[in-house]
Amino acid sequence: MQQRIGVFVCHCGTNIAATVDVSAVAAALGREPGVVFARDYQYMCSQAGQDMIKDAIKEYKLTGIVVCSCSPRMHEATFRKTAAAAGINPYMVEIANIREQCSWIHKDKDEGTEKAIILGRAAIAKVCLNVPLTAGEIPVTKRALVIGGGIAGIQTALDIADAGFEVDIVEKKPTIGGKMAQLDKTFPTLDCAACILTPKMVDAGQNEKIHIYSYSEVVSVGGFVGNFTVQIKKKARYVDETKCTGCGLCTEKCPVKNVPNEFNLGMDTRHAVYIPFAQAVPKVATIDPNYCLMLKNGKCGLCSKLCGAGAINYKQEDEIIENKYGAIVAATGYNPISMDKFDEFAYSQSKDVITSLEFERLMNAAGPTGGVLLRPSDNEHPKTIVFVQCVGSRCSADAGKGKEYCSKICCMYTAKHAMLTREKYPDTDVYVFYIDVRTPGKNFDEFYRRAAEQYGVHYIKGMVGKVSPEGKKLKVRGSDLIADKQLHIDADLVVLAAAIEPDKTARPLATMLTASMDTNDFFTEAHPKLRPVESPTAGVFLSGCCQGPKDIPETVAQAGAAASKVIGLLCHDKLTANPCVAHSDEWMCNGCSSCENVCPYHAITYVEKEFRMPDRTTKIRRVASVNPAVCQGCGACTVACPSGAMDLFGFSGKQISAEVDAICR
Amino acid sequence: MKFLYYPGCTLKNKAKDLDIYARESALKLGFELIEVDEFQCCGGVFTTANDEIATKLASVRALKAAKAAGVPLVTVCSACHNVIKQTNYAMKNDAEFADKVNRYINDGDDYHGEAEVYHYLEVLRDIIGFDKIKEKCNGALKGKKIGAYYGCLLLRPSSVMGFDDPENPRIIEDMIKAAGAAPVIYGERNECCGGYAALEEPALVKKRCGIIDESAKAAGAEALVTACPLCRYNLVKNGANVPVLYFTELLHKALSEEI
Repeated sequence: MQQRIGVFVCHCGTNIAATVDVSAVAAALGREPGVVFARDYQYMCSQAGQDMIKDAIKEYKLTGIVVCSCSPRMHEATFRKTAAAAGINPYMVEIANIREQCSWIHKDKDEGTEKAIILGRAAIAKVCLNVPLTAGEIPVTKRALVIGGGIAGIQTALDIADAGFEVDIVEKKPTIGGKMAQLDKTFPTLDCAACILTPKMVDAGQNEKIHIYSYSEVVSVGGFVGNFTVQIKKKARYVDETKCTGCGLCTEKCPVKNVPNEFNLGMDTRHAVYIPFAQAVPKVATIDPNYCLMLKNGKCGLCSKLCGAGAINYKQEDEIIENKYGAIVAATGYNPISMDKFDEFAYSQSKDVITSLEFERLMNAAGPTGGVLLRPSDNEHPKTIVFVQCVGSRCSADAGKGKEYCSKICCMYTAKHAMLTREKYPDTDVYVFYIDVRTPGKNFDEFYRRAAEQYGVHYIKGMVGKVSPEGKKLKVRGSDLIADKQLHIDADLVVLAAAIEPDKTARPLATMLTASMDTNDFFTEAHPKLRPVESPTAGVFLSGCCQGPKDIPETVAQAGAAASKVIGLLCHDKLTANPCVAHSDEWMCNGCSSCENVCPYHAITYVEKEFRMPDRTTKIRRVASVNPAVCQGCGACTVACPSGAMDLFGFSGKQISAEVDAICR
Repeated sequence: MKFLYYPGCTLKNKAKDLDIYARESALKLGFELIEVDEFQCCGGVFTTANDEIATKLASVRALKAAKAAGVPLVTVCSACHNVIKQTNYAMKNDAEFADKVNRYINDGDDYHGEAEVYHYLEVLRDIIGFDKIKEKCNGALKGKKIGAYYGCLLLRPSSVMGFDDPENPRIIEDMIKAAGAAPVIYGERNECCGGYAALEEPALVKKRCGIIDESAKAAGAEALVTACPLCRYNLVKNGANVPVLYFTELLHKALSEEI
């Protein structure tokens, strides 16, 4: 049947119209073979624009349409719906992206117009070969997985469970709680972090819908939205979680007591068998295989003798668990960057130069000093403290160290540290060196001003150039840009607000999830403004600092948003499948397995099938078979297939060739 | 083991000790320094003006000599090292600059940073090895507390010099240790002495040198060692309480047969 194509050229206000002569594009495309209608309009996505498309479809009996507008990621779905409402198959719609790929990147109007016409021509060539497609349905597994058990992961899991769905948390540490569990007070209200976090940890631990896999890691992810298959490695903790009562007897009696305590950032020690902190969830002991005498050389076994519950099991091994999920939330969090490359601040040269997270532990009642601020070198009370902000943040790209972005949380926590220090120890002089003080949050600027104005914290605009240990003092040299002076301060303690970066596990996880990341290893959102908690990969959602630096209020808000997106997905019994999937021409297939080997979704299998040959004999041949419910339409198989048997609905070899021909005409 | 050696002019008059002990220690450690034929002054400063080549030609000629000889170029003076290393970097990475230089020299053999440049300390660390040096030392310096004074030119710009961590270097301390003495770490060891400001603003240099001297003294240093004639000149001229030696003198003392 002869196609009757309609072309709709959008101005997108001035976004397109400023660099592309839209009426010339409509006129030129109107002359293309098969095109029976072409028109430009200011906002094609508006109600009026869509109505224009619908009317044209009916009036001109259009069989397919081309919309020259923004990226298909923006509005392809919109225009498909419009087409369907007017009675044509939604897959008879093609988008020519003349905004992101044309008007936004060109300055010269003639060039832009020419390119827009070429892109439109290609889309017309393709739509002429489109065939109506019908989307199938896929079932949804009503269970979610949250990767990371910090405040982001906990809040997401609680909100999902609240809606009645099962949710699993995978946490690599022996307990959930994350960084927030290590904090002392939280800005801007100064409530104690543990007081507001631990009830949530307990809720998560006791919630019937939530299952926590602590001391565990995700090792593989297969499947797709609604139907993920995930393998979780439960690392051997050498303690039976179901038997351990968390009494802590083993952790007191264990003879190995010189293990650096990671919860206190190595500022004190723990035993080889340990519970990270008093409010740990699950409150279960873990044996550190790197230090346990029994595990290392088979001598000791004291904890096993002491344990009344018989929970110790030195023979425990890593266990792989496979579960099915409908949705996955990444909540892998952050870490402060290493201070290795910032030795101008003498972090490696003096114990009294510490990071802000270490300062949190020094101020925390459950920390290594019991909440008394003592300097690490000699346990004396520091009288002069210098805080340095932006250490490793906002670095220039060619500095060869640090991060280009602002870590966002440091201004506020440094104000908090300064204020708390002055509150607890009014005899202490506190200096804060800053590049800018950034406090855009509810009650944030008031908080910072209180530190500077009421608590007498000396805020100095400028950067510290060098810290050098001289005897018991730390000589701090910095510039005061407002007074235009070089400052020399003899400090007792220097606190570095180290930049934060995504956790190292995020990158391999992103690969498993086929979720995209930016150059800093933060997960990329589907749209930076309009879809901030979704990954571009369907069924994968983002919560907390794995998407970008953020404080607790923002993290909790994003966690809730991610949860609501998960709930929205899990509410469906079935999802509409993507009909643009691969299919194989069984007569052309030579059974070579190339497609099976390249398929990242394991959607292709081979079957033995009986064929009736032209000479009326029958023959059993081995041919490829695509499972359309699993295929994601990536097209890898169509490229790998040597015989040309594999093709993709909606993106057939013929259609692509037609597009190329139209461009090169 | 042979190297082409670029002593620089200061080592031929004011800083003879730096030169003499470098050559003698080299012989004791089993490597030979062959002086660049008719070397010219490096200019003393690597000018950041990138639109002129005149002050960098002498360095390029020395580098070309090393390329022709097929051996690395070794320097010992901090300033020469800084200028030559930065010039080599520019010849390798700045095509426009290299093109200008090559057109000017125009001897049919274009240069694009092929030669390797080592500071004498880098030869000790990376080629000879401090462990080997330790074996040859006599123990005469046992218990001596020596501070390393780096100054700026050896360390910065660190991305070009690639010498050591500019904020927390250790190469001279490692040499002091290998020589049998005890290195003293003090805060000002990688700070600037004031350099050529001695000509324009002697008071500033006096202040800088005073701070360095005091810091070293407070940390208990009995002597300082440096690789820079200008640093030594400034420190001594401004009345350092702690004696300032060239690192090669210390090395030579440790390698000498008589104790």
